[in-house]
Amino acid sequence: MKKLTLPLKQEEIENLRAGESVSLSGTLLTGRDCAHKRICEMLDRGEPLPFPLRGETIYYAGPCPAPAGKACGSCGPTTSARMDAYAPRLLELGLKGMVGKGERSEEVRAAIANTRAVYFAAIGGAGALYGNAVCKSELIAFPDLLSEAVYRFTVKDFPCIVAIDCRGETIYKPSL
Amino acid sequence: MRTVRAEEIEQTICGLAKEACLGIIPACERALTEAAAREKEGSAARFALETVLQNAQTAREERMPVCQDTGYAVILAEIGQNVHIEGSFADAVNRGVRRAYEENCFRKSVCDPLTRVNTTDNTPAAIHTELTEGDRVRLTFLPKGFGSENMSRLYMLTPSQGTEGILRSIVETVRLAGSRPCPPVVCGVGIGGTFDTCALLAKKALTREPGLHHPRQDIAAIEREALARINALGIGPQGFGGKTTALGVLCEVAPTHIAGLPVAVNIQCHCMRCTSAEI
Repeated sequence: MKKLTLPLKQEEIENLRAGESVSLSGTLLTGRDCAHKRICEMLDRGEPLPFPLRGETIYYAGPCPAPAGKACGSCGPTTSARMDAYAPRLLELGLKGMVGKGERSEEVRAAIANTRAVYFAAIGGAGALYGNAVCKSELIAFPDLLSEAVYRFTVKDFPCIVAIDCRGETIYKPSL
Repeated sequence: MRTVRAEEIEQTICGLAKEACLGIIPACERALTEAAAREKEGSAARFALETVLQNAQTAREERMPVCQDTGYAVILAEIGQNVHIEGSFADAVNRGVRRAYEENCFRKSVCDPLTRVNTTDNTPAAIHTELTEGDRVRLTFLPKGFGSENMSRLYMLTPSQGTEGILRSIVETVRLAGSRPCPPVVCGVGIGGTFDTCALLAKKALTREPGLHHPRQDIAAIEREALARINALGIGPQGFGGKTTALGVLCEVAPTHIAGLPVAVNIQCHCMRCTSAEI
């Protein structure tokens, strides 16, 4: 399994191929439905974002609260397709990686190829394993969104599959 | 008349919720183990299933929620006609849910449909009550994740579409869901009834174990045929391609109107969680 460090370097992204398994270590931002909506509304109003997106990797996830002695509770990926409406815009702002589960729209696949980014599939339903891979969790923005707020995670050995690479190649079968 | 205090209901629901969210049901874990053995070594499908099995073990050992989506709390209650519940039943159920989700660090995932503001305690629960004979209360707790719930469908078929129409509806639902609901999935299927009761039948089907077939031979045949067709789709674990797209198809049936053939397909992810108890 290829080991990758986050934030991702462009040359590392270029070397990734759809279908290969990787292990991620480093920092990720969490964000799901409500956070994406809010980010795009702020962009619409021309407001600065509370955190820069350039070079970042977003993990589509909403964790369980952390129990005593742990940085994070269970925290597997959520369905990425719900973020398809927002993802191309974030990629244009320099987002380099996305981690979630399941296929993406054609628009997102094309935007990934255009911006030479990458989409990783984490294993849906493996919440306990992914939660344990989070060593540190820091609240970054939108605290009122609770589990949907944006956190900066420091993760270690986070197992994923390269689902869409920077050439737009995908592990998923063409739209059925 | 037997009296059951609301506090007993609350306590039972709290315990059922806790146990449900911490682990997948044994029959589902067995089915996942068998599915992993069928996938090619070194494949993404095999990797996905092995990760999921390892996760189930970690969740068990560390008493962590097996999936972070600890779900919308669905309660199926069979209440004997000879039971008198002292206090509010619905309040007791919601108190049990609230306590379980707060005390065990489960995610609170219930919000207003329009404002999206979280209710912060995972209530209200979806409570389905059925009056039965006798003096017992049977409670079943099903934490329902929405990655899979979102992929569910209801079809109002015509009688002429018959068995083939039912099969096509089930297979189409899984095909359109693709990789999104965390395959391998389990399909809870309601056949018959009305628009509303058909959907509830599909939900109730998900309290059964995958692998155990309906006692009616014609219904069991639909379960087997639908499963074979689904697994021929090749979507595979997590949509990575492979032999197992579903672990089981579970059908429940009820009489319907002479003009109709409702079919509801409630998709359940591979993380099948369900507990029940009798008071």
